[in-house]
Amino acid sequence: MLKEIRIHGRGGQGSVTAAELLAHAAFLEGKWVQAFPYFGAERRGAPVKAFARISDEPILAHSQIYNPDYVIMLDPVIYKFVDITEGLKKNGILILNTTKKPEEIGLECWRIATVDATGIALELNLLVAGLPVVNTAIVGAFAKATGEIELTSVMKAIKETWSGAAGDKNARAAELAYERLIKGW
Amino acid sequence: MAQTIIDTANHIAGYAAKAARVKVIAAYPITPQTTIVEKIAEFVENGEMDSEYIRVESEHSAMVACIGAAAAGVRTFTATSAHGLALMHEALHWASGSRLPIVMAVVNRAMGAPWSIWPDFSDSLSQRDTGWIQFYCADNQEVFDTIIQAYKLCEDERVYLPAMICLEGFILSHTYMPVKIPDQNEIDDFLPPYKAGWILDVNRPFSHSNLVSPEWYMEFRYMIQEAMENAKRLIQQIDKEYGKRFGFEYGGLVEKYKCEDADLILLTMGTMGSEAKIAVNNLRKEGLKVGSARIRVYRPFPVEEMRRLAEQAKMFATIDRHISFGMEGFLATEVKASLAGEKEPPLVAGFIAGLGGRDVTSETIVKIAKKSLKWMKIGKVEKETEWVDLRD
Repeated sequence: MLKEIRIHGRGGQGSVTAAELLAHAAFLEGKWVQAFPYFGAERRGAPVKAFARISDEPILAHSQIYNPDYVIMLDPVIYKFVDITEGLKKNGILILNTTKKPEEIGLECWRIATVDATGIALELNLLVAGLPVVNTAIVGAFAKATGEIELTSVMKAIKETWSGAAGDKNARAAELAYERLIKGW
Repeated sequence: MAQTIIDTANHIAGYAAKAARVKVIAAYPITPQTTIVEKIAEFVENGEMDSEYIRVESEHSAMVACIGAAAAGVRTFTATSAHGLALMHEALHWASGSRLPIVMAVVNRAMGAPWSIWPDFSDSLSQRDTGWIQFYCADNQEVFDTIIQAYKLCEDERVYLPAMICLEGFILSHTYMPVKIPDQNEIDDFLPPYKAGWILDVNRPFSHSNLVSPEWYMEFRYMIQEAMENAKRLIQQIDKEYGKRFGFEYGGLVEKYKCEDADLILLTMGTMGSEAKIAVNNLRKEGLKVGSARIRVYRPFPVEEMRRLAEQAKMFATIDRHISFGMEGFLATEVKASLAGEKEPPLVAGFIAGLGGRDVTSETIVKIAKKSLKWMKIGKVEKETEWVDLRD
């Protein structure tokens, strides 16, 4: 089965890295994968998109993703400017970085899962250039919300990407997000 | 030991240059190519590559430095995109005319004006007549494999020509996919060190590519044409041998997919050839006999393969990520030229799609196929060149 994922964030928040970590984790489980940015001119703070595909078969598609199975929102307020549910499949799942609970989101057409990834980053003092790093936590949350990948694969992918203490801390963020994710269904 | 890694096609091109044991790299950064030479610079800096990395002030200088290094008898590599490639244009002729097997990754990007950083083939196809072999890749694995294959091909004494390995900007360059990197010993066995046909040597000075009078110039051109014909044969042999050794094979000059019984064949280059397979699978579910032929090598052009495909197909649809202003897409022109003089050739419909990074989905390709099938039925192409999804 081919699963398609779209990630919404802001330039500098690590949306592309989140897509790559998702793909990397699934790759460690023997899946065929692909991760790529929206082909734009990225600027810090501007809304950006990244995509990932996970499949049991070789992936032939190279076009962008218009009907994702899953949508991830890294930035808590980006939904105010961007239609994050655009094209999301009917039975799709939204994974949101927010302090709100799923029932407070007010979207009834899809399954909603929420996690305070920003809070986790602050709690772990996981900061880059003074900003909380939310992308590693959200990948852990994705694992819990969708069941597409195992938490252990996510943590391994993170540790293969960053060695030493940085890897440990980011893997811990993924683990906490996995534990704290709230499913609205 | 062979290992599978996951990385962008640009980084993979860097890994391929390393695996090919390239000795000199001269390059100038340009989006979307930059991360190739960044990766190589990293390899050279940390000692993983025993190579000379020459920083230059322009792409023209990058190519000229590669020409100098190749003339000194070492394996060279560079990479560029769009305007960088255009700036190299004059030097490209010097590389092929001097018969130097330089391999260059071209990360396809549309030409300005207006500015675009997104992909189409207008940059590399503008260099059609420079005497360079041109490969077009459909995924990250093919980028790696083709760079290795290209050195084997270009350094063969029957060829001694340079090659461009073209990969679409962003669609491949910045896309993460798994790639199998074979064991270094096995690559070394497949690709032995470069043996130059001629070498510039300060201890034995001589002039090369000096003024040639009208009595002889044509003969030098003819030898390049012969080398291109030799390349046609060798590309297929090398692809087969590579496949046998490493498990990846791409059909030589043309990657054919479900063409055996096809009424309609979709002709593409680059990643559209991969996307076309999805379209073919979906059309086949509807009982429509459609196949895909991805032109992997544009120079030398696979004329004979086109004729063979034409024996049984009733209709060809070319999808060009390119336009030759005042005419049509190059693929359309080349395919029609290949079929001229054939008995009862298939109809050829030309489609222009994906310019400047416009996304081409499998649904778009299905639409193109259905229009072509309609024309096939009535036995007439109603529009010689159709611009797909053009806005009013």
